[in-house]
Amino acid sequence: MADFEIPQLKEYPVIPTIQEGVMAHSKPFVAKEEFQQQLGFPGELVDNWQQVAYDKMEELNGKYRSLQVFLDSCVKCGACTDKCHYYLGTSDPKNMPVARQDLYRKVYRRKFTFAGKYFPKLVGAVDLTKEVLDDWYSYFHQCSQCRRCSVFCPYGIDTAEISMAAREVMDCIGVGQKYCNEIIAKVYKIGNNLGLPEPALADTLEGLEEDIEDDTGVAVKLPLDQKGAEILLVTPSADFFAEPHVDGLIGYAKVFHEAGISWTLSSHASEAANFGMFIGSYENMRKVSLRIREAALDLGVKRIIFGECGHAWRVAYSFLNTLAGPFDFLDPKYPVPQHIMEFTYDLIQRKAITLDKSANDDMVLTYHDSCNVARASRMGPMPGGQFVLPREVIKACCNHFYDMPQDTIHDATYCCGGGGGLLTDDLMELRVKGAMPRMEALKHVVEEHGVTHMAAICAICKSQFTKVLPYYGFKMDSIVSVHQLVSNAIVLGNKQ
Amino acid sequence: MPFWTIVYALLFYIATALLVVGLAARIRKYAKTPAPLKIPTTPAPVTRQGVVLRMFREVAFFESLFRSNKWIWIFGYLFHFGMFLVLARHFRYFTNPVWTWVELIQPFGKYAAFAMAAGLLGLWARRFLVDRVRYISALSDHLMLALLFAIAMTGIGMDYLSHTDIVSVKAFFLGLMTFNWQPLPEDPLLLIHLGLVVTLMIIFPISKLLHAPGVFFSPTRNQVDNPRERRHLAPWAAELEK
Repeated sequence: MADFEIPQLKEYPVIPTIQEGVMAHSKPFVAKEEFQQQLGFPGELVDNWQQVAYDKMEELNGKYRSLQVFLDSCVKCGACTDKCHYYLGTSDPKNMPVARQDLYRKVYRRKFTFAGKYFPKLVGAVDLTKEVLDDWYSYFHQCSQCRRCSVFCPYGIDTAEISMAAREVMDCIGVGQKYCNEIIAKVYKIGNNLGLPEPALADTLEGLEEDIEDDTGVAVKLPLDQKGAEILLVTPSADFFAEPHVDGLIGYAKVFHEAGISWTLSSHASEAANFGMFIGSYENMRKVSLRIREAALDLGVKRIIFGECGHAWRVAYSFLNTLAGPFDFLDPKYPVPQHIMEFTYDLIQRKAITLDKSANDDMVLTYHDSCNVARASRMGPMPGGQFVLPREVIKACCNHFYDMPQDTIHDATYCCGGGGGLLTDDLMELRVKGAMPRMEALKHVVEEHGVTHMAAICAICKSQFTKVLPYYGFKMDSIVSVHQLVSNAIVLGNKQ
Repeated sequence: MPFWTIVYALLFYIATALLVVGLAARIRKYAKTPAPLKIPTTPAPVTRQGVVLRMFREVAFFESLFRSNKWIWIFGYLFHFGMFLVLARHFRYFTNPVWTWVELIQPFGKYAAFAMAAGLLGLWARRFLVDRVRYISALSDHLMLALLFAIAMTGIGMDYLSHTDIVSVKAFFLGLMTFNWQPLPEDPLLLIHLGLVVTLMIIFPISKLLHAPGVFFSPTRNQVDNPRERRHLAPWAAELEK
């Protein structure tokens, strides 16, 4: 099945002994010239790349307090060394958060600190040589920017910030990653990550409407570019056809239908995900975000709601107001943006929708907290609402729910292994190995409670699990969307 | 004036200047560098008071470290709070009359030195015994522990083995502060102790000891979780909107 060794799932988590260099070969494909240029980056490695990189590093240090403070503050205590799923799954010491940061930090020290300039050997400072650059390309593409390390660091050092900076520096010298940069180029050109043009999107939505009507006898609509609708739904484009994503989309449509509220998708902003974050490019992240503002203005909506997507929700919740605000043209009664989970949860609280839990009786469920929802955003008014709301919605839709072990959920959740711009086939080995800690936790509840399905609210998690579950002996369709459960349970036509 | 008194007086003036100026420059840099995006590690407090509380728990109890690794927490806590008490105890050499609270902690300060040394040994042992920590340790990480440990041991040595003329030491430091130099006793242990302290003061602002001011500027810990309620915009990002 694979040309690499699939990690063994153990009874209890074991911290592996380090094995130097075992993942040094893992590298994603490099972006082609045309996509680099569409993002405003040089097409190939520039001649004076070393100097350009140093200049960029200096610029970033002046622009990001996080980067500057994090580079200075690490004391190498070792608290993070056993926290990264990629380290746990691969045993490569450069996948320990501190060691990953050090790939960047040692160059920072060499060029920008007294100790590194005059006593490089003492503090482990080095110049940015070709070998170091190769290590950067390899290991900064073995970080899914999931922030688990930042939870456990006594100074809150977030390796994601360093990874983003490193990727930005590499983009600026012409060494971009194919997967991310092609996708961003597609968003600019067509409007979504998958390159699904407007007619195809309209077609797909029509097909889904027919499916729902065949299935339920109720004419649930999935409107596109409908001016004057109350709500603009922005959702990851995988929701339009990938499994189990699309079942989630059907769920949102049914919820809106039952709520009796007008809504629309936008062909201009037919993508919630924002890969600008993965490559650490504020400019690209802003440009991608502005599509949503434009769509909201153009369609004259009053609210913006995001579908199930982890990193998208981080950018939406934490950054959208910054990047594309202020949203003073929307209804001030509602937060901007809202998560579909907040919307559905509110309806359930108000008993405005009827749910038949027995519709999901064929499943025993657990819930995977998506990393960026868990550690970089919130839902509802209370801190930690991002853990409560999805679970409450799930529990309202099914009779059998069990959480995975405490140290693998909530803000200690493990990344699925495919986040942060790594969901590409050229990184399959990394993705499979990185999923190990989550698979181990899943196995625990499967054996303990007979769990059959794991629900998630992130397009990347869903795609990643569909692909990696079989490597660990689980069925690929044992990953479900939370709104798929809502879709199954919701009683249509009840509130007419 | 004796030779060593002149040397140490000058060293302390220089070290103090470097420490103060170096730290101030670094803190100024941290404060001036914008944090363009809201990146608190969530769940995060939704109010400023909440953030103050979170920061207090982080600094006073090492909350995140406690969740992370109990061994590092125990050793780190012993070391830091041992050192904190020891430092507080040392105020008696710089104040006249000695402040009441400094008098009160005197007995604890003595034992705290052992806690400090024990914590340092524990942390140092991890750098040899745990393969992951061994991998990430540079020579400077070992030397830093060696320096702190040597400071603690020479201090303990003067307390228990070979006393120095502490009244004269106090006179020396009070003299330094009033620019009225007094002779420093020339006991080897004292000279070594003070020499190491000077070294520590000098490297503080150019080393990983910057974690002390750094933690207060860490955006993942000091930001309020309110991005939807309040628009957060860095000056350089605002330029992009023009």
